[in-house]
Amino acid sequence: MAGEADTTIEVLPAVSHIPRWLAVSLRFARQRPLGAAGAAIIIIMALAASLADVIAPFDPLKTDYARMFQPPGANHWFGTDAFGRDVLSRIIYGSRTALLVGFSSSFFSATLGAILGVGSAYFGGRTDLITQRLMDVLLSFPLIVLALAVVAILGSGIMNVILAITIPMIPRCALVVRSTALSLRRTPFVDAARALGFGHARIIFRHMLPNVMAPYLIMLTAFQGQAILLEASLSFLGLGVAEPTAAWGLMLRGAAVEFAERAPWMAIFPGVAISLSVFAFNLLGDSLRDALDPKLRVS
Amino acid sequence: MRVTERPGWHAAITASTIFSLALLLFSPPGGAAEKENPRSGGELVFAVGETPPSYDGHRETTFAMLHPIAPHYSTLLRFDPQGYPKIIGDVAESWSASKDGLTYTFKIRKGVKFHDGSELTSKDVKATYDKIILPPQGVASARKAYYDMVDRIETPDIYTVVFHLKYPSASLLANLASPWNFIYKAEILEKDPRWYEKNIMGSGPFTFVEYVPGSHWVGKKNPNYFMKGRPYLDGYKAIFIRDTAPRVAAIRSGQALIEFRGFNPAAKEDIVKALGDKVVVQESPWICNLTVTINNEKKPFDDVRVRRALTLAIDRWEASKALSQISLMKYVGGLFRPGAGSQYATPEAELTKLAGFGKNIEAARKEARRLLKEAGVPEGFSFTLKNRNVREPYEVTGVFVIDQWRQIGLNVTHMPQEGGPYFNDFRQGNYETGIDFNCDFMDEPDYQLLKFLSSDKSPLNYARYKDSVLDDLYEKQGRATNAKERLKLLRQFEKRVLDEQAYQFHILWWQRIIPHWAKVKGWKITPSHYLNQDLREIWLAE
Amino acid sequence: MHQYILKRLLLMIPTLLGVAVLVFLMLRVAPGDIVELKYAGTGAFAPKEVLDQERAQLGLDKPLWHQFLSWMWGIVRFDFGNSMWTGRPITYEIWIRLELSLELALMATLVAVLLSIPLGTLAALKQDTWVDYFVRIFSIAGLSIPSFWLGIIIILGFLIFVKWLPPLTFTSFWVDPKANLTQLIWPALAVGYRYSAVATRMTRSAVLEVLREDYIRTARAKGLWERVVLTRHALKNALLPVITVIGLEFAFLIGGLVVTEQVFNLNGIGMLFVESITRRDYTMTQALVLLVSFSFIFVNFIVDLLYAWLDPRIRYQ
Repeated sequence: MAGEADTTIEVLPAVSHIPRWLAVSLRFARQRPLGAAGAAIIIIMALAASLADVIAPFDPLKTDYARMFQPPGANHWFGTDAFGRDVLSRIIYGSRTALLVGFSSSFFSATLGAILGVGSAYFGGRTDLITQRLMDVLLSFPLIVLALAVVAILGSGIMNVILAITIPMIPRCALVVRSTALSLRRTPFVDAARALGFGHARIIFRHMLPNVMAPYLIMLTAFQGQAILLEASLSFLGLGVAEPTAAWGLMLRGAAVEFAERAPWMAIFPGVAISLSVFAFNLLGDSLRDALDPKLRVS
Repeated sequence: MRVTERPGWHAAITASTIFSLALLLFSPPGGAAEKENPRSGGELVFAVGETPPSYDGHRETTFAMLHPIAPHYSTLLRFDPQGYPKIIGDVAESWSASKDGLTYTFKIRKGVKFHDGSELTSKDVKATYDKIILPPQGVASARKAYYDMVDRIETPDIYTVVFHLKYPSASLLANLASPWNFIYKAEILEKDPRWYEKNIMGSGPFTFVEYVPGSHWVGKKNPNYFMKGRPYLDGYKAIFIRDTAPRVAAIRSGQALIEFRGFNPAAKEDIVKALGDKVVVQESPWICNLTVTINNEKKPFDDVRVRRALTLAIDRWEASKALSQISLMKYVGGLFRPGAGSQYATPEAELTKLAGFGKNIEAARKEARRLLKEAGVPEGFSFTLKNRNVREPYEVTGVFVIDQWRQIGLNVTHMPQEGGPYFNDFRQGNYETGIDFNCDFMDEPDYQLLKFLSSDKSPLNYARYKDSVLDDLYEKQGRATNAKERLKLLRQFEKRVLDEQAYQFHILWWQRIIPHWAKVKGWKITPSHYLNQDLREIWLAE
Repeated sequence: MHQYILKRLLLMIPTLLGVAVLVFLMLRVAPGDIVELKYAGTGAFAPKEVLDQERAQLGLDKPLWHQFLSWMWGIVRFDFGNSMWTGRPITYEIWIRLELSLELALMATLVAVLLSIPLGTLAALKQDTWVDYFVRIFSIAGLSIPSFWLGIIIILGFLIFVKWLPPLTFTSFWVDPKANLTQLIWPALAVGYRYSAVATRMTRSAVLEVLREDYIRTARAKGLWERVVLTRHALKNALLPVITVIGLEFAFLIGGLVVTEQVFNLNGIGMLFVESITRRDYTMTQALVLLVSFSFIFVNFIVDLLYAWLDPRIRYQ
């Protein structure tokens, strides 16, 4: 059973002189090849994003009307788009947008959600009731519908898109964290901390938040994929990132679909990029869930 | 030529007799018409890219209302479907103008019937135009302003309508040929002036069958249509397809035979490639354009040098070559549509003298940089370009314009927005520069210049400037009865707007491209997607 | 039990009220209104007075509290008012589109259930074998591929290789079942795949969890016959979380197919929602949001009742 491997966790650092984080990673990679594959893709993506200026063969904004719709070839590996811009370079730069939106919105939503979830579990009573009702309200909107509504108010643009994705995801995280935190709340050590006269903030931040790390990390990775997908959908609808910024969903908008027959590379590569990166985050998130979710562990 | 229709008339004659009779009497009116013999029957399925709001032509401003609904109505005059911009009568049989140009008398055809069987008379025409020109409280009329010259309408008898004008107007007849001005029934309007927002009762070639909101609209041949032998079709079905890709796919798969608004060149190529000689492509310049509008109140755009630099930097000839391959944008033109059928367009030789329309882009960019420097605008100056979040042709053009401005050292952020905030920001002056659009149903300076009047005179002018010289010129040209004199005034107007002041300026005029199944016959493209939509001449080949 | 049901039903009211307030305020805060758009069309020449007159007709000139209360008063009487865009009653506009949306949601659910329960169970039983890996990759891929992109690829594939396209207008199942199904099966597959991915994962982990319960372990150790009995039992218990996921996804499908409906030109609730919000059709958007939220909350409620029914261990006060 998968859980059984976890018993080795205390043994490993003792017999090995390699750093602990590396040991853990290596063990993770051996135990969960799918998760490791996901992590590898994410690392490649992150590298591409940070080194975009170096590795991208062309300026992603450079239009060249003499070279519209060039098929993939030696010069333009992924071909060019309707403005003669290099598709490969735009995909590489697009990974910046995807990672930026994915990371910021999942970070903000998971963090705010965790704080809300823990806080509401800790204080209980009326606070909990009111937060829960508020969360219920937000949760009863489909993700994309709420995101659309937020964009409608704030307008498009990258910062607004991050906000539009963060807001609907907060209650989803808060819900999960709260249920973990509720069981923590009833454990003796929290009572002990209160008896010792520790402040609420200290108990929440020092004692409870660290103990909800597992669901937090799972949410963080799982939301990345969702956020990237959501950003792509919003941009595809023309409500996300604006031209001429390089973004995958935007690359699928309009021309890519209209020219799909003559220039299929315009529709295929960005779609593959979206799918692959979301896939990677989901693989990693899934493996993390298996590894970290106490419910699946053998006690 | 009048045939009285009585119940049972059809039954009395065999079908074949009717058919041969129809052929005999109504073989096409020669000239521009098709050589083949029109065939009666069949249902035309066409695609429409939007859904109609209300059904009232007098208040709506979208083609999505006209395309499914125009076949139910007649108008007083119309543009000749085979020979734009010639004006012909629809329910008007003939008309004459007084020498001073202040009185127009129209004779109404006899025997025009509404779909409920009642006769259309001068009373209905008067009620219709009264509603358009002097709408009662609580009734909206979108184009009231264009009929300012009309003083009053009289009906000396049931087949005669007289328009009395306050001043002579060059555009009156064209305005009466407006495709929006459906003739409504006086009796209904009297009871409820808003009845037509949700109901159909016209005298057009097709009667109303059903509308499933958001899905499709169905019409059926009007057997009592005043023009005998028309329409050829048994009926039509308009299907609403909002997204471009499925709309193109609809034509390719034959689920729709035609779409009347227009496709971009890419879609056209795909359709032609897939269907070969089963499709025919009709193309025309389009009375639509995109404009760079500039908030003249914001610094540094209140400086004419900056505005001139912005227009100088845009290489319209390059844009024409490049954008025409991927978008609706194509023709280089000034304030008036270039191309066939346009009497007002500035010839190329004269046009190239205007700022930003010249062919030497290097020199223009150099001049632009010089002007910016002189105005104290630093290299890399940043500002925003508001745009509509519609891919075609808005965003495509936005990308182009930003790239052009980048080449004179300006750093522009693109801000596409939904329609609501877009218009809101334009109206409130909450923008620096933006991409604005204009589309009209005819080449008429009264329409095309409206956008450039002082902002307190024209709600279409978002550039927030006041210029009494332009307002004067506008009034003069509208009342000019001499064509040559009018043209001269128009040139002055154009030079002032585009060159001397560069308040706001056109980028390109659009191309209208209609790829349709070859079996759709009898429809000829016009420079406007608002015209020629009553479908009465259309027939389907086998 | 009855008391529990009543309590849950009453609890819906504050949530729905919260949704109503939220959507009402969000719409008014958003810049631009429907009147701007109505008179922004080509050739319209509408000075401010005309716009204001139109606003007054739509009741937009009234103070916010007045607008809100009259909306609420209408809802209490089951009168949702008229669409600001078309002027037709909202209930009618929604009714026209509800059949398509409901049917599509049902079909996608069917696809999801047929795929996810066998696949998820299989993956759990064969945990960490290649079967498990395959199922997991298949289901994670389903979560990762944007369904609008999948839709585009499906349509293109049909056009290019088969030279055919599913019908673009909706025909009711009761009028012409064949036309109806040929239109909806493709979006149902595209959406159902993603949907099944969620459910497969849930099935897998739920079955895994149950399999680890002591009694199952014992049964498995004892031999085949008991194993079969208990696996069945296990599956029944494992079904609960799966039902939850399926129920909630179903509720979201009714209004959340915003992009897919565009790609396939489906005249459904999702498309109506996008159109209404971009047109700033306040009354319509408000009604739609309430509808979607209500169906979500209601499905939640039904799922909870099912829990109580399926799992006798759960008791409610």
